[in-house]
Amino acid sequence: MNRTKHISRVLGLPYRLWAAVFIVVPLVMVIWYGLTDANGHATFANVAAIADPAHSKALLMSILLAAAATLVCLLLAYPLCMFLVETESHSNSFLTMLLIIPMWMNFLLRTYAWQSILEKTGILNTALTALGLHPLRLINTPGAIILGMVYNFLPFMVLPIYNSLEKIDPNVINAARDLGASSRQTFLKVTFPLSLPGVISGINLVFVPALTTFVITSLLGGGKILLIGNVIEQEFTLAYDWHLGSGLSLVLLIFIIISVVISTLTDKEEEA
Amino acid sequence: MEKLTYSSGTMRKEAALKRRIARQEQKKRYRHLGLKRFYIALIFIFMYAPIVLLIIQSFNRSKSRGHWGGFTLKWYASLFTNAEILQAFVTTILLAVLSSLIAVILGTMACIAMDRMKKMDRQLMLGVTNIPMLNADIVTGVSFMLLFMTLRMELGFGTILLAHITFNIPYVILNVMPRYRELNPHIYEAALDLGATPARAFFKTVLPEIMPGILSGALMAFTMSLDDFIITHFTTGAGVDTLSTKIYAEVKLGIKPEMYALSAMIFVTVLVLLALVNRSQTAEARKAGD
Repeated sequence: MNRTKHISRVLGLPYRLWAAVFIVVPLVMVIWYGLTDANGHATFANVAAIADPAHSKALLMSILLAAAATLVCLLLAYPLCMFLVETESHSNSFLTMLLIIPMWMNFLLRTYAWQSILEKTGILNTALTALGLHPLRLINTPGAIILGMVYNFLPFMVLPIYNSLEKIDPNVINAARDLGASSRQTFLKVTFPLSLPGVISGINLVFVPALTTFVITSLLGGGKILLIGNVIEQEFTLAYDWHLGSGLSLVLLIFIIISVVISTLTDKEEEA
Repeated sequence: MEKLTYSSGTMRKEAALKRRIARQEQKKRYRHLGLKRFYIALIFIFMYAPIVLLIIQSFNRSKSRGHWGGFTLKWYASLFTNAEILQAFVTTILLAVLSSLIAVILGTMACIAMDRMKKMDRQLMLGVTNIPMLNADIVTGVSFMLLFMTLRMELGFGTILLAHITFNIPYVILNVMPRYRELNPHIYEAALDLGATPARAFFKTVLPEIMPGILSGALMAFTMSLDDFIITHFTTGAGVDTLSTKIYAEVKLGIKPEMYALSAMIFVTVLVLLALVNRSQTAEARKAGD
């Protein structure tokens, strides 16, 4: 027994070291750079720089667009999951086809393809003109970015909601109906509350990447709309101001920690 | 056993009730069936429209994406003489294979070790493992960049590989851990008692049991590595490109049609492979059912 204990300690060592060097140390470095200046003196200026009008505008825009995209994802995903659970006996393979297989086409290309659909002379506007309607300005608008976010992150909303809906015992719903609840009441009092952990986890999984993206903005925003992710990316790859970039990343980390805490708390509640 | 004490009348009533419930269920299921199917189809169109467009584009004679200049296969031919794209393709595949392989080995070892750790220690390790999955990719990316730059490592294939291994390990642990915890530890101990060396006992009793977890973890890790752009963007250096970084660099100037051709080929290949695996699995299941 002693010998197996020894073996498992040796087996765990590589990953312990790996996690320390490549997970913990890099994170500590972001915190370190974020809280010091170029001379190594402690400062709060890099984090406080979020109050700079250009930065706070970018952060506000990120929050607004990410919240809108999260809401759209929720509104699209919830009925989809309900219909899949209700009507399709092979809903698992439906889900794979819907969500996993598209990932095998590079996501930058898939997002870029929306340009040809949305642009001035793109497919959508050509169709509108052919129908005798006015062409719309679609590309390089906040709407285009929300669409890009929804397109990329919808799977993250669908999977947890589907899992929580599938777990609901149909007898619970039948019991509610037998006891005289209308279908609306059943949904509001039984189905939705039971699926809440999935909903919250989905919101979390969509909001964080949407809040921090810089790729979707540069592909569908035409460089006209800057999100906080774009600001941080430029600080690191163009301006080489690692301190400012890290300081702003710390602001993002605060948002991430808040959303992780919220979903852990709801998970705990469910267990209890 | 209890059912035996029921009178046949109750049983008949019960069966009738069951039938009625089943009918109601069926009715409910098929209410507005067309509408529901239509909604599912709309979401499918939303997810696949860009993919169909990209595949059509790969057969477009015209280089500008707005205009259809006639059907051609020339981009598929010129792809094989485009050294840059082929190089990026090889780098991408090599990264995905190596990073998922190393992640599988490290992750599986970690699972075995974590299973025997004290509770506090294990929860600490699992907490740290969760960080790359919960953190935003951009923060993970810049944190790697800071680490590698401070260590004065040259950014390139090596640094990307280190980063990919790191974000792949959690997917392996996530898939292997549940399998490992379900294992019956006595089988391994029995093998030891019967004189097997720990290594032989592991490969003969433990490994086959956790193999499905390892495979699904490896597949997930491979996909994540293949599809990654953000973390690669921050850890790559001059002259080293994956397909993602190459596409990102080309976006402003217009993406080369060969890129569409290559992506269409990768997509269709994977689709066919998945269909074949699926078919052989259903065939096997049917055989097992007979």
